[in-house]
Amino acid sequence: MLDFNRNHFELFALPLRFAIDTHALEAAYRALQGEVHPDRHAGGTPADQRAALQASALVNEAYRTLRSPASRAEYLLSLHGIDARIETDTALPLDFLERQLERREAAADAAAARDAPALESALADVRAESRALESRLAALLDGAADPALARTPVRELRFLVKAAEDLAALEAVLDEPVDG
Amino acid sequence: MALFEIAEPGAAPLPHVRRRAIGIDLGTTHSLVATVRNGPAVVLPDAEGRPLVPSIVRYAPAGVEVGYAAMAHQATDAGNTIVSVKRLMGRGLADLADARRFPYRFVDSPGMLRIDTRAGVKSPVEVSAEILRALRERAELALGGPVEGAVVTVPAYFDDAQRQATKAAAALAGLPVLRLLNEPTAAALAYGLDNASEGVYAVYDLGGGTFDISILRLTRGVFEVLSTNGDPALGGDDFDHRVMCWIIETAALPPLTPADARRLLIASREAKEMLTGHDAAPIVATLSSGDAVNVMLTKDLFTEITRTLVQKTLQPVRRALRDAGLVVGDIKGVVLVGGATRMPQVRRAVGELFGQPPLLNLNPDEVVALGAAVQANKLAGNRDRDDDWLLLDVVPLSLGLETMGGLTEKIIPRNSTIPVARMQEFTTFKDGQSAMAIHVLQGEREKVADCRSLARFELRGIPPLTAGAARIAVTFAVDADGVLDVTARESTTGVEAAVTVKPSFGLSDGEIARMLRDSFAHAADDMTARALAEAQVDADRMLAATDAALAQDADLLHGDERAAIDAALADVRIARGGEDRARLAAAIEALNRGTEAFAGRRMDRGVARALTGRRLDAVLEERR
Repeated sequence: MLDFNRNHFELFALPLRFAIDTHALEAAYRALQGEVHPDRHAGGTPADQRAALQASALVNEAYRTLRSPASRAEYLLSLHGIDARIETDTALPLDFLERQLERREAAADAAAARDAPALESALADVRAESRALESRLAALLDGAADPALARTPVRELRFLVKAAEDLAALEAVLDEPVDG
Repeated sequence: MALFEIAEPGAAPLPHVRRRAIGIDLGTTHSLVATVRNGPAVVLPDAEGRPLVPSIVRYAPAGVEVGYAAMAHQATDAGNTIVSVKRLMGRGLADLADARRFPYRFVDSPGMLRIDTRAGVKSPVEVSAEILRALRERAELALGGPVEGAVVTVPAYFDDAQRQATKAAAALAGLPVLRLLNEPTAAALAYGLDNASEGVYAVYDLGGGTFDISILRLTRGVFEVLSTNGDPALGGDDFDHRVMCWIIETAALPPLTPADARRLLIASREAKEMLTGHDAAPIVATLSSGDAVNVMLTKDLFTEITRTLVQKTLQPVRRALRDAGLVVGDIKGVVLVGGATRMPQVRRAVGELFGQPPLLNLNPDEVVALGAAVQANKLAGNRDRDDDWLLLDVVPLSLGLETMGGLTEKIIPRNSTIPVARMQEFTTFKDGQSAMAIHVLQGEREKVADCRSLARFELRGIPPLTAGAARIAVTFAVDADGVLDVTARESTTGVEAAVTVKPSFGLSDGEIARMLRDSFAHAADDMTARALAEAQVDADRMLAATDAALAQDADLLHGDERAAIDAALADVRIARGGEDRARLAAAIEALNRGTEAFAGRRMDRGVARALTGRRLDAVLEERR
């Protein structure tokens, strides 16, 4: 059985840090899939093929987790035994929530007015706020600080990822003809 | 990995025996088969040198006709001559936007519709299998023996039901399927290998009845699909239909008979094709009433009446770009695939959207089959020049479950790289609840009613607990063919209840078995002989693969583990020499079970090697 105890960072031979070299991650991902992908084991026994399927799915999952800053941070905290998933605890700081509520209302108005530039600037706002959070997280998670301090910013980042998805969905609707 | 170059001691080395592997493009309007002999992939033509097989099946009084023979009767015997069957794969009657467009006697049945023909009620799977069988026979004639492996292409935007139906058709046609491959990915492979391309490419694939857009990143031989989108019911056929509607309106024709409709559709297609190189096309036809149709269609008018169809392809393109997190400026080149991309208005629209003219240096009819042949060749174990490439594809549509209130919960989002497995936990909502209904869905919409229902099953035997105490783990796994498998398991109390389903597409395993039996009904011996031959091929493959694995990694086994594998190997060799299929199958299964732990350890070693051994240089180089 494939060693599922190896954590995702070890799998890709990356240091256990929030700030990662994305080029190194991508290169390691391609090298690993080059080894374990089912297409590489098409001539093997059914046992080989099953092992390849499992290993390849694991590599894909690990890559997906580390590629996105929000899931990478959640994963790092889970390795410290801290559950930072927003699904299990929806409480967030009041000022953060107020800012998001205002932004959401503004976006809904922009969508109703079919104002694409306004939506685009809201999206740019969310991205800027996300990047600021990511810098804070790098300082918290990769420094000497107590990782538990990162829990709230990680959940804020996850919230922003969802907000960006919602904004992109609103934009997508504007792309399409009014009757369609 | 030099898997097949290691010969068994004492046996004659057979490193250069080429396995007969083919790539099949099973298209809406025509199909092709290609192979790699030596050098680049080639399309296999028929005796008259024609590369394409019209995807038309006629249930004639004297038997089944496929291709040009069937095409000759498409207007005179419309009800028994099935065209564009690909549009019906995995579809129910309710899925068809306009069932009256088809001249067939449809029979609705759960999952997938059927067609009532002269030869009886036929499923689209059976009709497709006739086309695949014709292609298999063509290949066997050209290659001089049975096909040992096939890659069959499907539209990237095909859902699970359509993929399963395609797999079933291939099985029914007696094709050993190595992989289902997405059409745009096949095209990208053929194009990318030919041009040694690097960077992000878009593949715009407008076929006879389906539309796909895929965005791929090509990096050092890795073809990574970033996103895909499309419309599984939009293609060149719809342009023909638009022209036909225009003729009916212009010539003020009364309602048409099925034969007349087919006649006009053929004339429309000819006009469409003519307009690729001309500014106007005459449309002349004589209806069964004796009335003559004689109209002239200009290029400008054709562009005008098909404008909405072209526009309909651009929305999926924008969605695919957005899903990939890219803008048009990031796209290095646009590859056109499918005969319908010959239409100038399509080329113009694609060029305008991407801000660059599309790449035209390949044959849009053949490129998918060629890519499929290259992959088949590789998966079959034939080693060729520069074959160190890899395809990483995605699942086109989100997969999820029905939750409370008729809403869907996504488990695997669209554009996840396959293979992928993801688990989600659910719990019971009533005290003592002993069963849970699981409804598997595919699609992007929130409401269950707007998604495609793939399967319903019930997990039974949940131990009686208070509400919310049971933990039911539902695992979705999509394999490298893009085909889904769902497992549910309750594990709180250690009493495990598990069930695995292949979502149904309207044909049960029993039905497929019956169809297979029927296709051999005239020769029961054939069936037995074939089953034995298949088991022997399996055995040879297992023996070769296990020997090679032992030669490479025997140090991973303890003495008694090695002895057990050797005993299982010896047993397969003995059974391989006999005629008892069941005995051979049991020996193969025992060897397979006995090597499972070994296979896992070898995979683990591969993972370690990938990052430390010979590949490290490449990794470091890429980092720079």
